Amino acid sequence: MRVLVCVKRVPAPGARIVLTADAQEIDTKNLGFATSPHEECAVEAAVQLVADHGGSSTVVTMGPHESEEQLRYAVSVGVDAAVLVPTDGSDLDPQATARGLVSAITTLEDRDGRFDVILFGNESADSGGYQVGVRVARSLERPIVSGIKDIEVVGDQIVAKRAIPSGFEVYRLDLPAVLAVREGLNLPRYPTLPGRLKSRKAEVDSIEANPDAGGQRMVRFESPPEQESRTVLLGEGVAAVPAIVEVLEGLGIR
Amino acid sequence: MTATLVLLDHDRGLLSETALQAVAFARSLGQGVDAVLIGGDAEPIAATLGPYGVDRVHLIVHEHLSDFAPEAWGDALAQLVAISGAKVAVTTGTDRGNEVLAHLGAILDQPMVANVTTAEPGEPWRLSRIRWGGSLFEHVELEAPFRLMTVAPHSWESPQQAESTEPVIERFEPTLDETASRTRVVDRVTLNAGVTLATAPVVVSGGRGVGSADGFAPLEELAAMLGGVVGCSRVVTNNGWRPHTDQVGQTGTRIAPDLYIACGISGAIQHWVGAMASKKILAINTDPEANMMSKADYAVVGDLHEVVPALIEALR
Amino acid sequence: MSDLPSKANVVVIGAGIVGNAVVGHLADLGWTDIVQIDKGPLPNPGGSTGHASNFIFPVDHNKEMAALTLDSQRQYEEMGVNTPCGGIEVARTPERMEELRRRMSSATAWGVEAELLTPEQVKEKVPFIDDTVILGGFYTPSVSVVDSLRAGTIFRERAQAKNALSVFPNTEVTDIEVEHGAVNAVVTDRGRIEAEYVVVACGCWSPRIAAMAGATIPLTPAVHQMIDVGPIDVLVETNNEIAYPIVRDMDTFMYERQSAGSMEVGSYAHRPIFHHPDDIPSIEESKLSPTELPFTADDFDPQLEDALELMPEILSSAEIKYAINGLLSLTPDAMPLVGETVEVRNLWSAAAIWIKEGPGTGRLIAEWMTYGAPSIDPHHSDIARFYDVNRTEEHVLARCAEHFNKTYGIVHPREQWESRRDLVVSPLRGRTDALGAVYFQAGVTERPQWYESNKALVDEYDVAERPHEWDARWWSPISTAEHLALRDRVGIVDLSAFVTFDVTGPGALDYVQRMVVNQVDKPIGSAIYTPVLNDHGGFRSDLTVKRLGEDHFRIVTGAFDGPRDEYWFRRHLPDDESVTFTDTSRSMVTIGVWGPHTRSVLSSITDDDLSNDGFPYGTTSEVDFGGITARLLRISYVGELGWEIYVGVDDAVALWDMIWEAGRPHGMVPVGGGVYGTTGRLEKGYRLMGAELESEYTPVEAGLARPRVKSADFIGKEAYLTARDVGPVATLCTFTVDDHMSVAGIPRYMTGGEPIVDSEGNRIVDARGRISIVTTAGMGPSVGKYLLMGYLPTELAVEGASFGVKYMNEVYPITVAVAGSTPLFDPDDARMKA
Repeated sequence: MRVLVCVKRVPAPGARIVLTADAQEIDTKNLGFATSPHEECAVEAAVQLVADHGGSSTVVTMGPHESEEQLRYAVSVGVDAAVLVPTDGSDLDPQATARGLVSAITTLEDRDGRFDVILFGNESADSGGYQVGVRVARSLERPIVSGIKDIEVVGDQIVAKRAIPSGFEVYRLDLPAVLAVREGLNLPRYPTLPGRLKSRKAEVDSIEANPDAGGQRMVRFESPPEQESRTVLLGEGVAAVPAIVEVLEGLGIR
Repeated sequence: MTATLVLLDHDRGLLSETALQAVAFARSLGQGVDAVLIGGDAEPIAATLGPYGVDRVHLIVHEHLSDFAPEAWGDALAQLVAISGAKVAVTTGTDRGNEVLAHLGAILDQPMVANVTTAEPGEPWRLSRIRWGGSLFEHVELEAPFRLMTVAPHSWESPQQAESTEPVIERFEPTLDETASRTRVVDRVTLNAGVTLATAPVVVSGGRGVGSADGFAPLEELAAMLGGVVGCSRVVTNNGWRPHTDQVGQTGTRIAPDLYIACGISGAIQHWVGAMASKKILAINTDPEANMMSKADYAVVGDLHEVVPALIEALR
Repeated sequence: MSDLPSKANVVVIGAGIVGNAVVGHLADLGWTDIVQIDKGPLPNPGGSTGHASNFIFPVDHNKEMAALTLDSQRQYEEMGVNTPCGGIEVARTPERMEELRRRMSSATAWGVEAELLTPEQVKEKVPFIDDTVILGGFYTPSVSVVDSLRAGTIFRERAQAKNALSVFPNTEVTDIEVEHGAVNAVVTDRGRIEAEYVVVACGCWSPRIAAMAGATIPLTPAVHQMIDVGPIDVLVETNNEIAYPIVRDMDTFMYERQSAGSMEVGSYAHRPIFHHPDDIPSIEESKLSPTELPFTADDFDPQLEDALELMPEILSSAEIKYAINGLLSLTPDAMPLVGETVEVRNLWSAAAIWIKEGPGTGRLIAEWMTYGAPSIDPHHSDIARFYDVNRTEEHVLARCAEHFNKTYGIVHPREQWESRRDLVVSPLRGRTDALGAVYFQAGVTERPQWYESNKALVDEYDVAERPHEWDARWWSPISTAEHLALRDRVGIVDLSAFVTFDVTGPGALDYVQRMVVNQVDKPIGSAIYTPVLNDHGGFRSDLTVKRLGEDHFRIVTGAFDGPRDEYWFRRHLPDDESVTFTDTSRSMVTIGVWGPHTRSVLSSITDDDLSNDGFPYGTTSEVDFGGITARLLRISYVGELGWEIYVGVDDAVALWDMIWEAGRPHGMVPVGGGVYGTTGRLEKGYRLMGAELESEYTPVEAGLARPRVKSADFIGKEAYLTARDVGPVATLCTFTVDDHMSVAGIPRYMTGGEPIVDSEGNRIVDARGRISIVTTAGMGPSVGKYLLMGYLPTELAVEGASFGVKYMNEVYPITVAVAGSTPLFDPDDARMKA
């Protein structure tokens, strides 16, 4: 089984996001970079699929050269090969991203054979466009389902489950297929020391793609207004219980 | 000028909570609003849309549309766009909404802007949308013959109109082959009957302060008494005290209950992003200076291990 | 969320281990009305304390640091937050094994139990180590981990229980108001607090906070990388936070510390990574905390291989679960920044203090604020130790970059810095360069240590080399030869590193009288060597005061203590502006000329009377050298006839040339600091501030008490009088080394700092708990012996008594040659006063 996982390098803020003075970018001076959380699960799924069914896994990203960090991270946790589709680092719109990936995937498949499964994260942590996987799958004329939290390969098919408020929807897709997965699909492993050291030496393949821009263009960012605190202190310890009950009654919850 | 198409997100005839918010957004664009319902089981909804300022309801029916099928929904919607001449299509920014509109965007090779909060038609259109789960706004220019947008949940109130209208209901049967319906729900697994984290009116959530898996027992009891469910912060799932499905946060479930009770949760931003849409928040924490305490509507300074049992006792 | 008070006695900014220790100890010492604020929440406000590895290795070579660390460990123990786990420093190289032996000596000095282990013994204690890559280990059973956050809470609660403290977390300082040079108020985002005292205990933010008051705290936030690797079965099975000794892999600058089921691997081996205090992200902007920055994996990769090599069994399969670039504070000389800031009165620095010395340093600061002097001499931590040029960002970053990788390094006691040299060069530099001077940095000034042009003297005087590289490092046999030549003939010394202050004005006499112990109300032209004491009667400094006029004194002090002395003198200037205090160091150059031929040399270039009657010892006078006027001071730190010659900068080179030409027929040699600072003074029993002289000892014990005490009041007088009545508890002695031969058959030469031991090899502690260690070590070329100075309990300070000195874990026999201050060489000072 050949598995491809598509990831994106994103800043890793844990808290308030700071913008550059021109509001064109996130100020990443004090931020690390990471793979989007959903995609970390996609990477883990790729490693597990290959472990269970044989074959090989490949990770691809479109981004600046610094994105090699995320590719190597994927290699350090067990992905076999890494491919960079280099960009100048500016914000790509979702159509352009999808076009670039399709071109790279086509190149890779022409060279080494078809991918049985292509994995995406449901949406990137930073831009959250919810569409690149769908666009790629449509271009490749392969089935795709988003929001997947469980994957099982049964014969030539993949059984994928997606979470809904009441439980799971079950889908059954013929291979080759594309899935956009969500965090919670699995618990991604961390790299081991030897894994990390191996990833340093891994070769990163580079495939050029110069996709046309789509119709969505980022103009600038804006930080949401700070929330003013209007906290009502109900009291300390168990002495506050009558006040809590009063609030519950006021809200009609009791 | 053609109407804006608003795809109403529903699950087997039950409108999603935020579906109608997209109608409110669509009305702000200053053109007519046509609602779109996909699947025969959505038919009963059509008649209820009168009060919301909908001029027309397109009811898309087909044998392959008996349950949710993302590719087929996208294909069907694309065909409706073609025959209706619509240039603008919107829906709510739920999982399904985003997914179906992404398909539409892919089929039409048009941009699709997710989680929009405001839009100003013009040349180009000027939109604002949310990123990073709401912690950042992005101003966008949209230059395309078709404008496809999903509406950030809870950025608009569901519309209310005093004067009820009688929308025209038009049925439309698309041409769908097997390929289009290859991705469809073939089965459903119900995990927990009744209320879920995403829909519960009350969520009683625990953080690091709960201390252990066993420490959640009183929270379970309180949640049950209030008709709610238990949630938790990321550190709790990382520690293995609760399953990931209980996690509230940017990477877990984003909720909007009537009341969110945060017990021993410091309120790291990634958690806050998941809980901030709650109507009211009550925080219980030993640390009066914890982030969650200053952001909550109501705060109790105290040990959750004392306060929660005492509250249960008082409610009994 | 109570309101901020509008007034406080003292505001302590910062609630990390340091701020907490300060408030706890201030309350213990009776302070009330203490307000503590921190911009972060409690108990972890987000500073370095929150992510510290929290372990304590008590053995350090620096006495002050060792004392602070041991006191801290005791305090953690008393608070019940100290968990002994043992610690092993392992060696991969022979040089490191030698360093571990040196550590054994220091362990003896501080009374810390320790032993050297073979690789097999190391493996017994740490079974998962690969013992084939190490040569041995230094095992300290008392190494411990502490809960520094819990300790902080206990400190605060201790002060709160006394109703002495109110604490305000989530309160950010926006300004510090200063009035008439003294701190006045702290302005925060929650209100303004007027305060008598303010303590800046803000860790790596301290420079930024101090700057609000116009003060400098010269440190830089620096990254220390740490990863957490786990889970590891053998560690999980212990069911314990820490069950195995902490391993310091000294040669790779790393440590491995069990943290429950995983291993924390920390490094000081990566490139120095500095941040600016203004650029540390806020709490709201931080993913983890402001001082736990994103891990830069590339920097750590080489260390992964080192760690894998040492502990392959457990580290090869476990996962890197957590990794940070943790911020800590670094200073130009790797010591804390403690004391009142030099710029702003009553604004105190409590910065660059790590977990291991936090509680002890908190106590030190509280004592200092309360009594005017702490019980541990803060010489090396005193924030007043820096020259202005040492406070600049450029200097801080350069020096920190140089020493960061020496955190676990082998640092020689005489080690010289590579960076930031030539900050101040003598106007005589061209001349000393031509003579092949090798420079050591004295304070900020480059001072010739010896002259390669004197190499021939080594053979002439048959000076022995030191066969062991360590003993010979930063040393030359030329110094010994220069010494002998000076005693035989005459030497010329560039003393431009001296620091001089001119005190003038109608209040000058009263002021100087108050500052120093000895009588300065002497005839114009007198020169007075005198101790300077703190309020406790301990040493603050020693220096020379020259009376140049009725209302004009010149104070001459050493290069190393110039800034501390300047701070101390300025701090005590009268408010009425009756005294003007000026740093005149750079307006003149000091040239020393000493040796039996000095009078002949100088008399050949001046007509002024230099005879013993015309220019007696201990006097100063202006002398004309063919049109160049210079002030001469007849004094000697090397025990020979001669003068310190103070000449204007413009005339310095011409005068040097004149003296040099006149000296050549007399065999004049250039003489460096090796003689002036060590061998010359050792033979004469002269004491050096920071070595023999420290605040923990009195002039009585140092042998510097004069027969009479002047009637004028002076700082420390009361304590000084008491000390004279009580008599010495310890006595400063000069020892000779009787046998230099090591077990390996190599003669060894101590460097200073080693413990003096009794016949059983035990360290010696006096009745006040002070340890006998070597304060200075060096050759006494003219007495033909290797000399050591050090204090002994007075009852043991008997001339002829035998002791030992523990050097590199071997004991060498020594004998008390002098108990007290009588010079070993020329005890009657006949040569000096000839």
